[in-house]
Amino acid sequence: MPGNGVHPTGQPAPQNEGGPAGVPPLTVSGVSKVYHVRGRDRRTVTAVDDVSFGVAPGAAVGLVGASGSGKSTLAKMITGSERPTSGEIMFGDVSVGRLHAGGLRSLHHRVQMVFQDPYGALNPLHTVEYAVMRPCQNYLGMSAKQARERVAELLETVGLVPASQFAAKLPHQLSGGQRQRVLIARALGSDPELIVADEPVSMLDVSLRAGVLKLLAELRRTRGLSLLYITHDLLSARLVTDEILVLNQGRVVERGQTKHVLQHPTHKYTVQLLDAVANPFAADGGRPDGSTQQPAR
Amino acid sequence: MSIIATSVPPPEAPGASARVPGGPAGAVPGPLRFVGRALRTLWSNGKARTGLIVLGVIILVAIFAPLLAPDSPTATNFTPYLGPSGTNWLGTTGNGQDVFSQLIYGARISLIVGLCAGALATLVAVTFGLISGYRPGLVDEVLSFATNLALVVPGLPLMIVLTAYIQGHSVWTIVLVVAFTSWATGARVIRSQVKTLRAREFVTSAVFSGERMFRVAFREILPNMTSLVAASFFAAATAAVLAEASLEFLGLGNPATVSWGTILYAAQQQNALLTGQWLMVLAPGLAIVLLMVSFTLINFGVDALSNPRLREK
Amino acid sequence: MALLEARGVNVVYEPTRGTRIWSVRDVDLTLEQGEFVGLVGESGCGKSTLGFALTRMLRPPARLTGGTIRFDGTDIAGLDGEQLRRARRNGFALVLQAGMNALNPVRTIEHHFGDILKAHARPGDDVSSGGIRRRGTELLEAVRLDPAVLGRFPHELSGGMRQRVAIALALSLQPQLIVFDEPTTALDVIVQQAVMDTIKDLQRQRGFTAILISHDLGVVLESTDRVLVMYAGRIVEDQPSRVMAHGLHHPYTEALLGCYDDPRAEQVHLGGIPGTPPDLSLPNTGCSYEPRCPLAEEICRQQDPPLFPLAPGRAACHVRARAAHVEEEAGRAR
Repeated sequence: MPGNGVHPTGQPAPQNEGGPAGVPPLTVSGVSKVYHVRGRDRRTVTAVDDVSFGVAPGAAVGLVGASGSGKSTLAKMITGSERPTSGEIMFGDVSVGRLHAGGLRSLHHRVQMVFQDPYGALNPLHTVEYAVMRPCQNYLGMSAKQARERVAELLETVGLVPASQFAAKLPHQLSGGQRQRVLIARALGSDPELIVADEPVSMLDVSLRAGVLKLLAELRRTRGLSLLYITHDLLSARLVTDEILVLNQGRVVERGQTKHVLQHPTHKYTVQLLDAVANPFAADGGRPDGSTQQPAR
Repeated sequence: MSIIATSVPPPEAPGASARVPGGPAGAVPGPLRFVGRALRTLWSNGKARTGLIVLGVIILVAIFAPLLAPDSPTATNFTPYLGPSGTNWLGTTGNGQDVFSQLIYGARISLIVGLCAGALATLVAVTFGLISGYRPGLVDEVLSFATNLALVVPGLPLMIVLTAYIQGHSVWTIVLVVAFTSWATGARVIRSQVKTLRAREFVTSAVFSGERMFRVAFREILPNMTSLVAASFFAAATAAVLAEASLEFLGLGNPATVSWGTILYAAQQQNALLTGQWLMVLAPGLAIVLLMVSFTLINFGVDALSNPRLREK
Repeated sequence: MALLEARGVNVVYEPTRGTRIWSVRDVDLTLEQGEFVGLVGESGCGKSTLGFALTRMLRPPARLTGGTIRFDGTDIAGLDGEQLRRARRNGFALVLQAGMNALNPVRTIEHHFGDILKAHARPGDDVSSGGIRRRGTELLEAVRLDPAVLGRFPHELSGGMRQRVAIALALSLQPQLIVFDEPTTALDVIVQQAVMDTIKDLQRQRGFTAILISHDLGVVLESTDRVLVMYAGRIVEDQPSRVMAHGLHHPYTEALLGCYDDPRAEQVHLGGIPGTPPDLSLPNTGCSYEPRCPLAEEICRQQDPPLFPLAPGRAACHVRARAAHVEEEAGRAR
């Protein structure tokens, strides 16, 4: 079983002395985030409430929940866009919550993010090449020429071939699936150790999702990347992750090996999420033979 | 029931990905290419095209004034207070100067002040707006306060007071004064837009890609605000032309300079309407309006500048 | 008589700059009273455009370029202005994807009801504030909302509640046909189920004809009686919902079904569909799905298949039609 990310008791797995190639693990300990809403009705919103987990090198962990569950806030804290109100986030021996501008920049070298909205995450005026080049130049110190070569390699890795044709395109000339692949190529640009993917396929047509998910799984395998996969869709979580944490209103309500949690859910919220998965084979009680699965073809 | 467009975008031509675009494989192109493309985009809009043509004519008149004007605008060769005639198409001033020549040379001042003051005001507005909108916090609070203060003070009275106090009434005084009083509206609008863009995911992505603050502001945010900055510029230029004319008309400018405003000033002094020299009032007035309208018309085409879909041609 | 009979519907999208795109091509569609039909397809297939065309809601640069749309016997394709408004009065209504955003943020919900009821009032209708409040209460209860919502503003309600208000507004004129364009897509995933249940129940209770437009095959199969699958501007399959999960179908439908699975299964397989949909700015020869189809044959490249019978419905596929025909012949021979 690759990557023992999470212990059944919820404590992060014992520190590895660096997994594959000394990639540091991610450890989230007792993290909370409280927002103070200003204005007429002052109140506090607890977006994340005492969450702990870890992502070992090469592991893929899922954070699952509906909107308002706190999963996106956690992603922001892990990537340094927000500071936790309490608790600690350690990436190796770096405390993410205490970083400032320069430190955050170094962090982004190693922790990259793939965003949900493939169109919104790309500057509409920049070509694909420019977007993917910048992390190579900024983090790997490459010259423009070297960066362009690397861009061609990355575009091929994510399946956008011929690379030279895609490099010159602007975002509005690409389909949703292609844009998402560009985002992944850009995230790979800095040669990161951990990728945080925030609902990377939820805005894509279903026919395009498998390709992108397979790409993520493949990248994990070939590059030893760790993956933190954030979603509300349990089907894609099942395909990509080894273990999941189910979040509701900022708290972890269930966790464990993905397959086990999905087959034997214990919390009613998990059951709700399972029911929400679109499954044409389960409609109206399932197929004639009673199965709720895709027929073997 | 009100109907809005759905959030589903218009049907993509998915095969469009097979068409190679004619854009350079890189970031924002050199300034010259940028201007060329901007002009082409503006030209494609009917109203903007009209505006460009009118502006073009006025610019040409200003440049070739010595060739086009029958006389020197300041030469007091003629009998004063004459109405329109074969020699003096628009009549003469109280000092015996040819009004028509003055009109032609006057284009220079109005253009210079309009464009320079507009540019200066926009530059200040963009600087304030970018800095203020980029980071919430103390800097934003201070700059917003300053902007609001500048907005609250009435423009024309402030201009009058400033010009009255500043020694040396040159054209550049007017440019500075006009710019000083008109940057605030643009700054406010630009700040709003910067704040909106700042929150967009592609800006966050740029930060993740390792871009530093200045690069994010100037290479990510600003290019997406081209339309807004251009619109601010043309609006500021329009206001500047009118402001300059107003100041000259009130006698606060340098009476030695020749501009459309000073023609109106002279017309006022010599009661041109009563003496039947109504053309002396109409001509510069019309010229001012024409220049302002040309800027406004160009502004109609400015929306297209920030839209990448229109860059493929 | 069928409630809606559309023949030869074509919609072209003509932006002022850029190429024309034929987003809906030659669609024939018949809806009976009380049917709940799903229109399913992926981005760019033309399903929303078709829904808008059928309710005459297209805005430039989209344009209906041909065909007839008979609603309750009257051809509405040619109507305009006041005639159209009258036909809409108790004819059909549209619930939009972000219909909750179609609510005026500075007006209360009660005001919204008032707007509609007054605009389409007939002599004898009670449009006093009391009458409006009564109707409003009745409609909100039908969509399972607390009548107190009448006094609230849109921003005080959650996304799910706003979408229910939009549905209630659509019901207010008791239309014969309601078109739901992705009604739950913009909602949180847990709320989607509840709102779809409400829509299903309403349709069953009130018996209006409904078209559900969605990219989500699961949602559509759960709620509708009949499904139309669209691809590249055409309807490629027309079947009762209950038979969709098994048996043979149009290759695109099968591929689409292959993109779903049960996350609880021992082995989970997720398919994708390689390639991209065709360029709708070009005229097409042959079957539009052919480049991506595993069953493609020579005839598919040459002839665009019409909707052949494929019991119990129809499918636009040469290969499937031929196989079904052969089986039928064989069955008759036995």
